[in-house]
Amino acid sequence: MLGGLQKLGHWGLGVLERLGRGHLFLFRVLMSLGTAVTRPRLVIKELYSVGVLSLLIIAVSGLFVGMVLGYQGYITLVNFGAEEALGSVVALSLVRELGPVITALLFAGRAGSALSAEIGLMKTTEQLSGMEMMAVDPVKRVILPRFVAAFISLPLLAAIFSAVAVMGGYFIGVGLLGVDGGSYWSQMQANVDFYDDVMNGIIKSLVFGFVVAWIAVFEGYDTVPTSEGISRSTTRTVVHSALAVLALDFILTGLMFGDI
Amino acid sequence: MKVLPINTQPHNDNLLEIRDLHFSRGGRPVFRGLNVSIPRGSITAIMGPSGTGKTTLLKLIGGQLRPERGQILVDGIDVHRQGLSDLYQLRRRMGMLFQSGALLTDLSVFENVAFPLREHYALPEPLLRTLVLMKLESVGLRGARDLMPSELSGGMARRVALARAIALDPMMIMYDEPFTGLDPITMGVIVSLIKRLNDALGLTSILVSHDVQEASSIADQLFLISDGVVVDSGTPEALGRTTSEWSRQFLEGLPDGPVPFHYPAPDYLADLTEAR
Repeated sequence: MLGGLQKLGHWGLGVLERLGRGHLFLFRVLMSLGTAVTRPRLVIKELYSVGVLSLLIIAVSGLFVGMVLGYQGYITLVNFGAEEALGSVVALSLVRELGPVITALLFAGRAGSALSAEIGLMKTTEQLSGMEMMAVDPVKRVILPRFVAAFISLPLLAAIFSAVAVMGGYFIGVGLLGVDGGSYWSQMQANVDFYDDVMNGIIKSLVFGFVVAWIAVFEGYDTVPTSEGISRSTTRTVVHSALAVLALDFILTGLMFGDI
Repeated sequence: MKVLPINTQPHNDNLLEIRDLHFSRGGRPVFRGLNVSIPRGSITAIMGPSGTGKTTLLKLIGGQLRPERGQILVDGIDVHRQGLSDLYQLRRRMGMLFQSGALLTDLSVFENVAFPLREHYALPEPLLRTLVLMKLESVGLRGARDLMPSELSGGMARRVALARAIALDPMMIMYDEPFTGLDPITMGVIVSLIKRLNDALGLTSILVSHDVQEASSIADQLFLISDGVVVDSGTPEALGRTTSEWSRQFLEGLPDGPVPFHYPAPDYLADLTEAR
């Protein structure tokens, strides 16, 4: 009993200590933000590896998610004779929820884990220590550009995901199941509000981008410098990002749409 | 322009002074009152068995770790009393060669050596190229400028790292186990390079190692560390005549002595008969 309590206390202290380290680390990163302005090339290089190289998985996933939404939406709506509303159902589901959330989950798996592994390996091979000894701050030179690139990339990828998914829904709904194309687009135009729906979706993806970028670079920087440590860091990046994104989505949805 | 931290101490012939250094890791004491003085222009080898904290000592000198007690003065500047900005300024004058080389794996040999110069100075490209080629020439790898770190042997990687360590023209270089894992020819090259660069560039070199023969061949003085303190020190010749049993065991590589062959264990016979 006492041993169990002791273990629980030890675990709790460990979690709190890590949380504290994570926040101090974030503070250091944010204090270095000026580097992103003075050395934009560093950020652009990372934008390519973090953002551009994630495009394919995001676009393909978006297409399939949109097609599934088209099918499922049609099956439900046709029972009520409301299949013309398919466009608005697909678009609202995507811009409010699925776009930001699925993109964030995929991004954490594709780019977040890669960031953690890359930074973790740099730590393990003493590249970060080497930079420190050359009087180069690794937080400014390595961490910040990756953090900013991930933060910028996620909202853009979420927008691309939603756009491709809307097209996927169109291919299935209009192309395969015979929904009227004009209705698909006009219903969407009529029912999707820019401020209430699109902006809220953008805010969500910005928040997710911030959190996933933070978790990924922190896990890499805080990795135990062994091969097992890197493996654990990458796993933790994906798991913690997924949990954080889903929990934050719940909170943000409550705040944004709770009064409806 | 940033002003370098100024040495406010009276002029001292020692570039590095470690005074009463205490440091623990995970509750285990690593240093318990370590005192070391290293004169300017010398090559000093800090030696001891594996796990005595030799690499930790270099990280303490470089300000990457913070001691619990004691002082480390580099050129009269207390390393651990500097703010981050001043510490980074001081590090520009301290080179370090990591055991692994710590080369940036996404940059070519040329770009690795150019890295500290690009980071700290806005040099015109032709001047930067000349400087980098001079550094690479001094370690014999000017022809390898376009190779990537993954294409280098262990010895070559260490030489590139050495070229990078001298890129900012430091006043001292710290070598972390520079001879480990090298073939005899490469080891000879590294031994000769350390000596040659130290003399030609007027450096002060500190190398931590457990390779007695190689370190003794170029070092002006040796410090033997065990249990967190200096147990013996002096020139290689003086230590060759030491009467300390521990020093003799370490320098001659004897399997048993003050450092026992057996890890502490209960009585052997009692241990074997316990299960019966």
